Amino acid sequence: MKYLNRYTRFNWISKSSIAMMAFVCITLLGITSCENDEVQTVTTLTNLVWSDEFDTDGAPDATKWSYVIGNGVAEGIPGWGNQELQYYTDRADNVVVEDGMLKIIAKQEPFMGFGYTSGRITTKGLFQQTYGRFEARIKLPWSKGLWPAFWMLGDDSGGAEWPQIGEIDIMENKGSEPTITHGSVHGPGYFGGDPITKTYELPSGRFDTEFHVFGVEWGPNYINYYVDDVLFQQITPDDLEDDDVWVFNNNPFYMILNVAVGGSFPGFPDASSVFPQTMYVDYVRVYQ
Amino acid sequence: MKTIKNITTKIVFPAAILLLTMLSCERELSNDVVPATFNNSAEIFTDAPEGLTDQFFVSFDPATGANTVGFDVDNNEAYEGNSSIRIDVPSDTDPDGVYIGGIFRDRGEGRNLTDYNALTFWAKGSTTAIIEQVGYGTTFGEGIVGSQADYATTIKNIELTTKWKKYTVPIPDASKLVQETGLFLFSANSNVNGGVGYTFWIDELKFENLSSIGQSRPEMLGGSTADFISVPGQTLNISGFTGTYNLANGQDVTVITTSNYFSFSSSNPSVASVSETGLVTVNTTGTAEITATLDGVLVNGAVNVQSFADPRIISIFSDFYANIPIDGFNGFYEPFQTTLGGDIVEDGNNIIDYTLLNFVGIEFYGRYGIPGVEPVDATEMTHFNIDFRVNESLSPSDFIRIELINNVNNGQTGHSFTVPSSSLASNQWVSLKIPLSSFPGLQINALGIILFDTGGGIQNLSVDNIFFSKE
Repeated sequence: MKYLNRYTRFNWISKSSIAMMAFVCITLLGITSCENDEVQTVTTLTNLVWSDEFDTDGAPDATKWSYVIGNGVAEGIPGWGNQELQYYTDRADNVVVEDGMLKIIAKQEPFMGFGYTSGRITTKGLFQQTYGRFEARIKLPWSKGLWPAFWMLGDDSGGAEWPQIGEIDIMENKGSEPTITHGSVHGPGYFGGDPITKTYELPSGRFDTEFHVFGVEWGPNYINYYVDDVLFQQITPDDLEDDDVWVFNNNPFYMILNVAVGGSFPGFPDASSVFPQTMYVDYVRVYQ
Repeated sequence: MKTIKNITTKIVFPAAILLLTMLSCERELSNDVVPATFNNSAEIFTDAPEGLTDQFFVSFDPATGANTVGFDVDNNEAYEGNSSIRIDVPSDTDPDGVYIGGIFRDRGEGRNLTDYNALTFWAKGSTTAIIEQVGYGTTFGEGIVGSQADYATTIKNIELTTKWKKYTVPIPDASKLVQETGLFLFSANSNVNGGVGYTFWIDELKFENLSSIGQSRPEMLGGSTADFISVPGQTLNISGFTGTYNLANGQDVTVITTSNYFSFSSSNPSVASVSETGLVTVNTTGTAEITATLDGVLVNGAVNVQSFADPRIISIFSDFYANIPIDGFNGFYEPFQTTLGGDIVEDGNNIIDYTLLNFVGIEFYGRYGIPGVEPVDATEMTHFNIDFRVNESLSPSDFIRIELINNVNNGQTGHSFTVPSSSLASNQWVSLKIPLSSFPGLQINALGIILFDTGGGIQNLSVDNIFFSKE
């Protein structure tokens, strides 16, 4: 339909192009069948239940997001358990809404005894939900040692701890791999360096020069991962080892957006790394 | 399958309309916008040269040491298909020439490369080695008028492995390349391989449009903001144009390129104007900042013009200022001087390079009767500026004594300042700005020689940017 709207005003055709016509029809068959796939299998949930379009300048909406501060020392996990180098702050230098976007900015600067600052915000206690379609439109930072992520953790208010609470990583990226995103789940028996995971490589373009949509559609006994209109992985209990437990069928999860600097996953910044680095988030939307 | 068929039928109508659009757009564009278009084919060499001149390898001048016999097409090696380009890099004693290099030219009037953003190829070596440079845009003067190397773009020192590997030379702004005849350039020698010759192969050489190239970071003047202390009427040719890009593998690659891709502007054109090629002309006294963009991206680096009514600079040797005429960069004083060397070009930058140094003099007193060479009156100046790079390890006892010699051969006097080892660095440029009050009893009303004396402690020394300034 989008072709029709845009192009109906043209009515000239060359007789010599009839041969090409067949070609175009064939090409279009390809495009159409993709769209067909998209509608049928990439996402099915369309009832919007929560969103932030980041349209109001200033700090993130406090009714939707709270800050995580520090380096994990207070939580007993220095470097957040991953040798991360940054100190998260609630300063506008690191987390700000402007130009219709959330910006999480990683800087190289001495702060509270650390060499980098950045931001991490979460919907913990503000919005949590079991199942649904969680997606965000993001332009990633880049260069060696950067570790942007859009992910979810299970509610731990009942006293359960990670990895029992479960973790769904919708998007994780290494700044040194500008065309690759990782989608993972962590749970008891499959956590840390051994999650259930798959990577997706963009067929064209990069994650740091244009916006892309990262999402999961999560339901009973499945989590589907997609980038833009491409479904690239489905994780189900069948993917677990025999003794492992699927912890994604009852607990509500909350969302997290952050940019880490350095760590066991992305490696560490080096002389080629460029700072500051910004993750731009156009929107976060949740459907049921 | 049935579902797909149904959808296909539905979509035939919009498809036809799409086709209409494409055709009519094309017609409008070609009539109204593009005055002439040249061949836009991408391939340079796949299994055979594609649209190149009959003798498709055009060597650098053998008089410069270029070896013209080491180039061939190899039917036993290929990344894809059944042949590749084979280049035998000569040994450093090869009587046929000690390096190999040249260009491939389009056989027609040139190609329109505006659809692409990179030159790419696959290569492998008989050994791991480093190829000195690869790129495009050099034509040896056989292209259209004014395009001999207007858009010459290269990358330096690419690392060969013994397996086929892909290499990418990003194009800074392909919209400029509407008629390019210089499709490929390479040069290689065996210095990095201990002087032993080796072979490398190139295949699938072509232009591509890679959407995975990003994070353009253009620079001029090496990314620095340079003060141009000047008087009205002076000019400056901006140099040092590069672009750094991030590839899909996360690695950066830097191209060395030309001003013709860049757009320049002056903050105050009445004080200093700038041409399309980056020639800055100082029009009157005052200040102005010259900045540039590359394909819409702000360039790192700028010229800060400060123009005064009276001269503030006397330059002996720099790429930046107009230099006074001189006798030479090495007086070869017999019998005690051992120093060899003089001015050379290093990465497009003119520098002075000395070896076997004990002492050496830069002379400008008229020793050889060259017209215009005469002693300089620098009495109005306040500082002596110079860059040194010690091309060896430094010991604490090393020094460089700078002696300014006045009234050469006519009751001459010498006035010295000694730069200690602690102010120098090994294999690294150091810029020194020395107040002339540091030279005891200085007389420079008829300065004729600048002498460097290391006592043989530092034997390998590069020198650049020698000028007096009034500050």
